[in-house]
Amino acid sequence: MQVPSGYGLHHQNYIAPSGHYSQGPGKMTSLPLDTQCGDYYSALYTVPTQNVTPNTVNQQPGAQQLYSRGPPAPHIVGSTLGSFQGAASSASHLHTSASQPYSSFVNHYNSPAMYSASSSVASQGFPSTCGHYAMSTVSNAAYPSVSYPSLPAGDTYGQMFTSQNAPTVRPVKDNSFSGQNTAISHPSPLPPLPSQQHHQQQSLSGYSTLTWSSPGLPSTQDNLIRNHTGSLAVANNNPTITGVDSSSTTSSASPMPNSYDALEGGSYPDMLSSSASSPAPDPAPEPDPASAPAPASAPAPVVPQPSKMAKPFGYGYPTLQPGYQNATAPLISGVQPSNPVYSGFQQYPQYPGVNQLSSSIGGLSLQSSPQPESLRPVNLTQERNILPMTPVWAPVPNLNADLKKLNCSPDSFRCTLTNIPQTQALLNKAKLPLGLLLHPFRDLTQLPVITSNTIVRCRSCRTYINPFVSFIDQRRWKCNLCYRVNDVPEEFMYNPLTRSYGEPHKRPEVQNSTVEFIASSDYMLRPPQPAVYLFVLDVSHNAVEAGYLTILCQSLLENLDKLPGDSRTRIGFMTFDSTIHFYNLQEGLSQPQMLIVSDIDDVFLPTPDSLLVNLYESKELIKDLLNALPNMFTNTRETHSALGPALQAAFKLMSPTGGRVSVFQTQLPSLGAGLLQSREDPNQRSSTKVVQHLGPATDFYKKLALDCSGQQTAVDLFLLSSQYSDLASLACMSKYSAGCIYYYPSFHYTHNPSQAEKLQKDLKRYLTRKIGFEAVMRIRCTKGLSMHTFHGNFFVRSTDLLSLANINPDAGFAVQLSIEESLTDTSLVCFQTALLYTSSKGERRIRVHTLCLPVVSSLADVYAGVDVQAAICLLANMAVDRSVSSSLSDARDALVNAVVDSLSAYGSTVSNLQHSALMAPSSLKLFPLYVLALLKQKAFRTGTSTRLDDRVYAMCQIKSQPLVHLMKMIHPNLYRIDRLTDEGAVHVNDRIVPQPPLQKLSAEKLTREGAFLMDCGSVFYIWVGKGCDNNFIEDVLGYTNFASIPQKMTHLPELDTLSSERARSFITWLRDSRPLSPILHIVKDESPAKAEFFQHLIEDRTEAAFSYYEFLLHVQQQICK
Amino acid sequence: MAFTFAAFCYMLALLLTAALIFFAIWHIIAFDELKTDYKNPIDQCNTLNPLVLPEYLIHAFFCVMFLCAAEWLTLGLNMPLLAYHIWRYMSRPVMSGPGLYDPTTIMNADILAYCQKEGWCKLAFYLLAFFYYLYG
Repeated sequence: MQVPSGYGLHHQNYIAPSGHYSQGPGKMTSLPLDTQCGDYYSALYTVPTQNVTPNTVNQQPGAQQLYSRGPPAPHIVGSTLGSFQGAASSASHLHTSASQPYSSFVNHYNSPAMYSASSSVASQGFPSTCGHYAMSTVSNAAYPSVSYPSLPAGDTYGQMFTSQNAPTVRPVKDNSFSGQNTAISHPSPLPPLPSQQHHQQQSLSGYSTLTWSSPGLPSTQDNLIRNHTGSLAVANNNPTITGVDSSSTTSSASPMPNSYDALEGGSYPDMLSSSASSPAPDPAPEPDPASAPAPASAPAPVVPQPSKMAKPFGYGYPTLQPGYQNATAPLISGVQPSNPVYSGFQQYPQYPGVNQLSSSIGGLSLQSSPQPESLRPVNLTQERNILPMTPVWAPVPNLNADLKKLNCSPDSFRCTLTNIPQTQALLNKAKLPLGLLLHPFRDLTQLPVITSNTIVRCRSCRTYINPFVSFIDQRRWKCNLCYRVNDVPEEFMYNPLTRSYGEPHKRPEVQNSTVEFIASSDYMLRPPQPAVYLFVLDVSHNAVEAGYLTILCQSLLENLDKLPGDSRTRIGFMTFDSTIHFYNLQEGLSQPQMLIVSDIDDVFLPTPDSLLVNLYESKELIKDLLNALPNMFTNTRETHSALGPALQAAFKLMSPTGGRVSVFQTQLPSLGAGLLQSREDPNQRSSTKVVQHLGPATDFYKKLALDCSGQQTAVDLFLLSSQYSDLASLACMSKYSAGCIYYYPSFHYTHNPSQAEKLQKDLKRYLTRKIGFEAVMRIRCTKGLSMHTFHGNFFVRSTDLLSLANINPDAGFAVQLSIEESLTDTSLVCFQTALLYTSSKGERRIRVHTLCLPVVSSLADVYAGVDVQAAICLLANMAVDRSVSSSLSDARDALVNAVVDSLSAYGSTVSNLQHSALMAPSSLKLFPLYVLALLKQKAFRTGTSTRLDDRVYAMCQIKSQPLVHLMKMIHPNLYRIDRLTDEGAVHVNDRIVPQPPLQKLSAEKLTREGAFLMDCGSVFYIWVGKGCDNNFIEDVLGYTNFASIPQKMTHLPELDTLSSERARSFITWLRDSRPLSPILHIVKDESPAKAEFFQHLIEDRTEAAFSYYEFLLHVQQQICK
Repeated sequence: MAFTFAAFCYMLALLLTAALIFFAIWHIIAFDELKTDYKNPIDQCNTLNPLVLPEYLIHAFFCVMFLCAAEWLTLGLNMPLLAYHIWRYMSRPVMSGPGLYDPTTIMNADILAYCQKEGWCKLAFYLLAFFYYLYG
């Protein structure tokens, strides 16, 4: 029988974490519980558990014997249930079918010898997948009720595998086995010539004719995207995408399988072995109005993009779809209607020689402009309105036009100095931080996805081929990072876009600086993991009082179908107070079973295999549980919280697969390992001297995070507490496991509706956003530069490799660089980040960003290229490190010194103007303002009462937020919104969005007659002045006069007036530009909430801090010293 | 020189210093491996951390021996290192186990460079001390 063997394998894997329960999983607590009490919710919790579990636990040695004597068949559990009549047999079937694919994975996990052996044959993972099919064949025979459409595939491939010798396996696999690689197919509509070419080409690389026969009759499928593998592809279109277990229910439940299939790489139906699916790529930054495209390089009009608004199912390449639709029906998307498939590429000038020339041309263009605008000296003390009226854009690197076009979007990749100084000495002279700001997994509206047998990389430094390499001749390319000359592989010579041969420089990899590769099994250490989600919920009295469970369960219920994943997706729940509660959701049970483990000193998993269940097979049970959870603990009197043990249990549960753990915590953990004491002294909150306890109190959470990271598990923390909860210690669990941290101070579901709303919105985004599993990110840079320090949430595994258990689209990173060797012999430097991850559909993918920057030798040029926002973000990251490792006052001094040093360096070396004035180059004119804003930020401010957790959370955000969001946090945008006009408005999605000018953050700009909107990134404030025009109050806020506006107002009513429409469209436009939907607070001039608003007016003086002008004088004084 | 307690101390210190030289070399190799990506920082810290206290204790032990033997000059030469060891261990990161090195910060270029430099300096010190004890 399948089950025991599967479980046997499974348990070999489990032995390490969960010691004793290797033979009889699942019997211990559930048995007595369920036999004793039929009614699960009411009785289970109170009566029997305390009696039962401690017994079994304390007798562990004995218990172990008992279990091992017990019969090993796992569905014993099911059959002993009273409520489980007659369904036992079918349950066991389903049970096995649920766990079977996993056990076959485990097979591979368990036998590294076998795996490595197979991979050493260069067989690209085919044997392993083949193994799955072998297994599934058997199980299918055993359980004929489950439909297995992939069965014939398994057969075919099994034979193919055995009948072919090793080198031929790879193309076979890439072509027809994994259904998502449809683009590599061998479609019929090929013109005969290329097809022959291709055929020869492929047979060179060991392609056997067998593959050609197996795809079968493609000639009928003309424009279809899945046109490759004939009957086979049609039969298991979805199953091959989603993995191995493919019952009919799951395939129908997985979201939009066909379009996914289409998304993955089928846009070029007539494309050969290496299809690049880049729908209408525009060389300029994408017309995403919100994400600040660089104006100079963004000639693209703001095209209405319908798909931009459409929320993908957590796994989206939204505008890929129009591109694909282009391929089939050119008129649908209308993005580039003229030349449906690769019109974007034809926009490129045909410059075959550019890559050869690039390195010599790159740095030259600088000399042509003697005094660029960014170098214009600005007298800071005299310039009254330093802040520009429009948002600050990222400076464009001073490259020649072709390279500019190819360069990576500043939204994903930015450098603090867009002109890299030639030597470390020059950098030291400039006194500016050198580093990169990354947002690698950003939701992109267009992304070329490349499916190719060979991913072309440099042989010595392993750099991926990119637009900035130079082709020496047709056959060789020179790496732009290590300068090694590499051969161009045969396959790369063929360009799928133009269907021509011998133009390697026109391939999509060389035409786009952001590309995504579908990786072969060379890039896997184990078969791609399924999406696994575990929720660990605090249900102590405090948590129940706060009432977050209702919101969470509601959100989960709504988004259950949108969780990113395939048919293998698994989900589990744990709750904890002073004990840990597990939920058995194994399919076939009539209702969820709660299993309580009260031995928190030695946590174990009661039924290791039925706690994480397949989302689709156990959906009803999961829904039952989610509906019941909010009310299950309403009468609890348990105030303790055993977070540490619960996390240990979660780690044990997740370690076989990896995945995401979401922890919801509402108080200081008070029991078991990892317990914490309150360290905050409320009297010290506004101290100007020493702020203590910014670092962790214990290394328990850090160690746990490292263990989790090693097992590809990320821990995300949601802290919803009203009192001090020592975030500094708790945050470690997310910091080092590449998780994310959310903090909701004084959360209460009724008393604090704005926080509740925020949680709701954050959860929606959190649950549905894209996710990448078992990821690593490597950052490479041109020889001579090296990585100094990394900032963000991850574990640094080696000098340039970050281990990210999970990667999410909202994670940002920063890297400090140092110049080890002089860069005199090069005029361009490049940086490349490669993010290798497993998508939620179980594909290995590599997202590569490449940034190219010129090298300069004069100090003036260094100053000309400063990206002040990037520099500020990097400085903020460094300051956080400094305040944890040294002290907050040190960090503040360092920030001030950064301004003083850089401005004095500029003053003494560049300008020979009068030294009494405080001069700055135009590129740096906002530097003092931003530093002042940082000093007044929650993370670094002193003198203003700041709760320790708030401060630590602000620091966590600085470390992990991408640049655009961080900048709004540091320096909010202020707009006057009571007189919005259509002047300069932009059109987005048929709406007119007014563009009011930015106001400086000073009370002098606030007039009583106006209303102002402040955009702080995660929160919006609308301040309404006392004398505000009644028309505005009536038309926009919906109240008759100022006095009748309520104190707590968080929504703008939908009124049918022009000004209301303008205000709402502006706010919606701002909202759409960021992943987390910010909450809106309407603040009346005289309300107590006013202080919240006014603390962001950073140019004004407060009791404890300088005004902007005073700060400038202070800086000037320091310089003159 | 007669076989006094002081002579015994020097002989013992000689042997122990030889051991410490090996510690220092091990330390240098370990950090070099870290820098060249051969080792996982977690593993490396796990192997290095248990060795830190023994090294410090050995050094402290023969400092005490020299104190007992009233070898003030030798003791004086060793005092700076002893003080450094105490300071270093006092300012270690928050850790539950013994040791100095935290796998999450060890890959920071500054810390890595500092640890490497520390290794070389100690190696030099121990080598000089070795010959001093040999001829002293």
